[in-house]
Amino acid sequence: MLSSKYDVVIGLEIHAELNTKTKVFCSCKNTFGEEPNTNCCPVCVGLPGALPVLNKKAVENTIKAGLSVGCSINNLAVFERKNYFYPDLSKAYQISQLVRPICIGGNIKLDNGKTIRINRIHLEEDAGKLIHKTKTIGTLVDYNRGGIPLIELVTEPDFSNADEAVEFLDKLRRTYIYSGVANCKMEEGGMRCDVNISVKPHDSKELGIRTEMKNLNSFKMVKRAIEYESKRQIEELEKGNKIIQQTRKWDDNKGKSFALRSKENSHDYRYFPDPDLLTVEITQEDVEKIRSTLPELAQDRIKKYVEIYNLPLYDAKILTNEKFVSDYFEECLNLYNNPKQISNWIMTELLKVLKDKPNCENLNEIITKENLVSILELLDSKQITRPNSKILFENICFTSKNAKDVAKELGMLSSLSDEEIKDFVKQVINTNPDAILDFEKNPNKVIMFYTGKVMALTKGKANPITTQSFIKEILPNYLKK
Amino acid sequence: MDKINITNQMNSKSQSNPQATLSNSKFFNLSAVEVIEKIKKREFTCREICEYYLNRMKELWDKNAILEIFDDALQQADNIDLMIANYYKNANPKTALSSLPKLCGLPIVIKDNILYKGKTCSCGSQFMKNYKAQYNATVIDKLLKEGVVILARANMDEFAMGGSCENSAFGACKNAFDDSRVSGGSSGGSAVAVACDMCAVALGSDTGGSIRQPSAFNGLVGIKPTYGRVSRYGLVAYVSSFDQISPIAKNVEDSALILSVIAGKDINDETSLSNNEITTSNIKNLISNKDEKNFIDNENSINIIKQAVKLSKKAVNLNGLKIGILKETQKLMQKTEYNDQYNRISQWLQNQGATLKEFSVPYFDLALPTYYTLASAEASSNLGRFDGVKYTTRSEKASNIPTASLDDVYLYSRSEGFGKEVQRRIMLGNFVLSSGYYDAYYMKALKIRRDLKNQFNEIFENCDVIIFPTAYGEAFKIGEKTTNPVEMYVEDMFTTMANILGIPAISIPCGLGKNNLPLGLQILAKANNEPVLYYLSNYMTKNYEQSKNSLATTLLNLNKTNQEKIQKEDSLC
Repeated sequence: MLSSKYDVVIGLEIHAELNTKTKVFCSCKNTFGEEPNTNCCPVCVGLPGALPVLNKKAVENTIKAGLSVGCSINNLAVFERKNYFYPDLSKAYQISQLVRPICIGGNIKLDNGKTIRINRIHLEEDAGKLIHKTKTIGTLVDYNRGGIPLIELVTEPDFSNADEAVEFLDKLRRTYIYSGVANCKMEEGGMRCDVNISVKPHDSKELGIRTEMKNLNSFKMVKRAIEYESKRQIEELEKGNKIIQQTRKWDDNKGKSFALRSKENSHDYRYFPDPDLLTVEITQEDVEKIRSTLPELAQDRIKKYVEIYNLPLYDAKILTNEKFVSDYFEECLNLYNNPKQISNWIMTELLKVLKDKPNCENLNEIITKENLVSILELLDSKQITRPNSKILFENICFTSKNAKDVAKELGMLSSLSDEEIKDFVKQVINTNPDAILDFEKNPNKVIMFYTGKVMALTKGKANPITTQSFIKEILPNYLKK
Repeated sequence: MDKINITNQMNSKSQSNPQATLSNSKFFNLSAVEVIEKIKKREFTCREICEYYLNRMKELWDKNAILEIFDDALQQADNIDLMIANYYKNANPKTALSSLPKLCGLPIVIKDNILYKGKTCSCGSQFMKNYKAQYNATVIDKLLKEGVVILARANMDEFAMGGSCENSAFGACKNAFDDSRVSGGSSGGSAVAVACDMCAVALGSDTGGSIRQPSAFNGLVGIKPTYGRVSRYGLVAYVSSFDQISPIAKNVEDSALILSVIAGKDINDETSLSNNEITTSNIKNLISNKDEKNFIDNENSINIIKQAVKLSKKAVNLNGLKIGILKETQKLMQKTEYNDQYNRISQWLQNQGATLKEFSVPYFDLALPTYYTLASAEASSNLGRFDGVKYTTRSEKASNIPTASLDDVYLYSRSEGFGKEVQRRIMLGNFVLSSGYYDAYYMKALKIRRDLKNQFNEIFENCDVIIFPTAYGEAFKIGEKTTNPVEMYVEDMFTTMANILGIPAISIPCGLGKNNLPLGLQILAKANNEPVLYYLSNYMTKNYEQSKNSLATTLLNLNKTNQEKIQKEDSLC
């Protein structure tokens, strides 16, 4: 294979919109999906004379994001202007950070043991959005998104393939959601990724010329774009061509990247400290205060689920994929100490229901933790059968009913004593004596046959497992006869 | 160059001399304090004096000080009169006076770069000639709350870039006392409006001397307060780290009154300062009376600015005041014919009991290049938003070429929209910020700024104020310096320092030059030390003959008397 001769070197720049109540430099709401240009003010549309005023909460969230991936926090942070012309950038400059970002350093460990180093996380404002209409209408600008706080995390070029990059993104996304700083809704552009790729011959120490692909907004796109671009670069080198340093656009529909602009045409952003904003002083005390509010992160939970609750890694990952699912799991666990049983129910039953409810962010809306635990208790204490437990679940989903009441109503609760079950067993054997003859040949079939008869006779109130054990106990007496 | 059409408002007879026919009016040459008091006491109505000022503007329209008279000016005045009538109806006449707003009925003029909601704000630029302000600047809100009437917007150098008002897209503004000379700039229109009695007081903005130099050229009192004293919210930014809005006034008391209203922390401007930062330590040393000392200690911090003026009225000498003079500025003045005049000021101050001390700032002349480097850098960024896409005029050329790219729209619109000087500074700014040159220019300028700050801090350890001229001399001729931009930049030699350092500086009239035009003296103090500036300024304009003689009000009265004499002689003939 060609690729074995080459190393692929990848670095990521990941933007995430913070979930503060208001925008980063004005008091407009930080929302998504409003009518175009209804959620803006003189500051975020950059009217002459308007001045930015820093949202302290955005700084706190940035610090929190940084602490959650092991960054150091700068004691002085400076905002700078990044100057360039584009209609979605209302002031012709973006307020960003270059020399003194809020967070520096940090890392995330991949499952294969590799550590991906983080260079920095800085805070900046998002730009507006261009809407390209027909030729006669032209292009429209929506400034609602302008001024939404954005954190940009820059990694070192530590990735060697697309899977590592995607795993990093996935872990980072969980971390941001768990620390409560960002919602990372990829479909709303809440998390976007720029990819820098270069390839070099395996034995070369020098890095190759890199290309950059901007605004990839799904994990799938990142994976496909990296795989395409690294292949393209290797092919170019194989042909004896040189890689040109350039920004490329990834077209997900065509599955190809296209040259956008070369380095010669790249912007000189003419960064300089924004004179409208004061230097932000961050004391060690501030940092510690924020650190103390850091919740348990996805990585910690996965570890706990595997090591303490003995769940398979696969299950632990699925449970922690969404924080609210993991929160629900832990709430249930507080009420009922059977992690495996709870985990199974969440994974098989609740997540199935959740699939059809994309806007649901609290599993209690599907079934309260108390009700789920009730079902599990009834099941584990053999008061209801497994098939009945599923029926019971379906009956109380999205209702305010009590699980035990419904089970009683539906006549699911087993009220038979062991002696009564034994009597039923004897009764069905006596009324169907011929079936015993097959026992030596096919014992299981016979046991299931009598179990079915008992269940029918008791209308399902007998616990099938108990019933089976009694059948096994009683049948041999009949055989001797 | 088209100018806002106000022919319907204009008097057919246009005269360009300040001794206009209206000089016999009872409204003639009043200070802001007087106007407010007379309106409050109902000696005349707000409408009456507004009509007087509007007529002055029309009579002296050729001065080109005013770009537009706001069509609702008299409506605003009527509202004030109604309010006053209601106060008198409902309140005890004695308490009515004190419960009326501080600037009740005061007609003012604003510089064309301060946003007044619904009104055009063109920044003296062709590019912005149709721009309507979407909101009020903080200073406008504060002034309106205290009952001012905003009459008109005043001419200025385009985007405040210039020192003569010749860079206005709507034509140069002429000096109040000599039509062949410049008004100074960039707040030239504001200064001439006040000096010609088209209003009692006007707002200007000062980035590198834009209030002080036109004040000096027109016999006025102009202060550039400590950076942050006045909110910049709603001032179209030229150099964000230097810009300050401030009053241009006929006397020191008016200046202090207006500043005390517009100063203060604004939640919309991070760089604005709390009034609590204002210090009185310098003037306390000058006051021997114990009661007055206690009074200052207990006074609300912002009132200190006004109190400084009051206290200086009672002062009989300047004992205890330590005044610094700089070797470098003296050397610069030696070449000029005004040197002796400025030396006499020093002598007089000593006679009044002040101690004079000479200091040296070896890199004084670096202030100018430092200013132009930092100013251009910030301006290039601040003016980026004027791109022909949003509110500034889009180039028709770009619209007519079907193949025009987005870059073409920017290029054509900005090339057509901005004047030469603005384009020059944008290019200069982009250059000093561009990669490869950033360290050599922008960074170096920041370092020099820091060094100069340190040097001045050291000097202020040993003196209360520093004095030097506001400009090299009297107002120069229109067109005299337009061919060489650097020559024009050099005009700012004495004024940019205060902006670079962020310290307060005031310009007061200090005598007449060889052309009988006013000269300006600049007084600088440490940050937050406005009270001492007002104390000394008021003392000088009340006690120093040369200062008194060169005040615009004095010159205006003199003109009036002369004219009356001529008229009398004419009638005798």
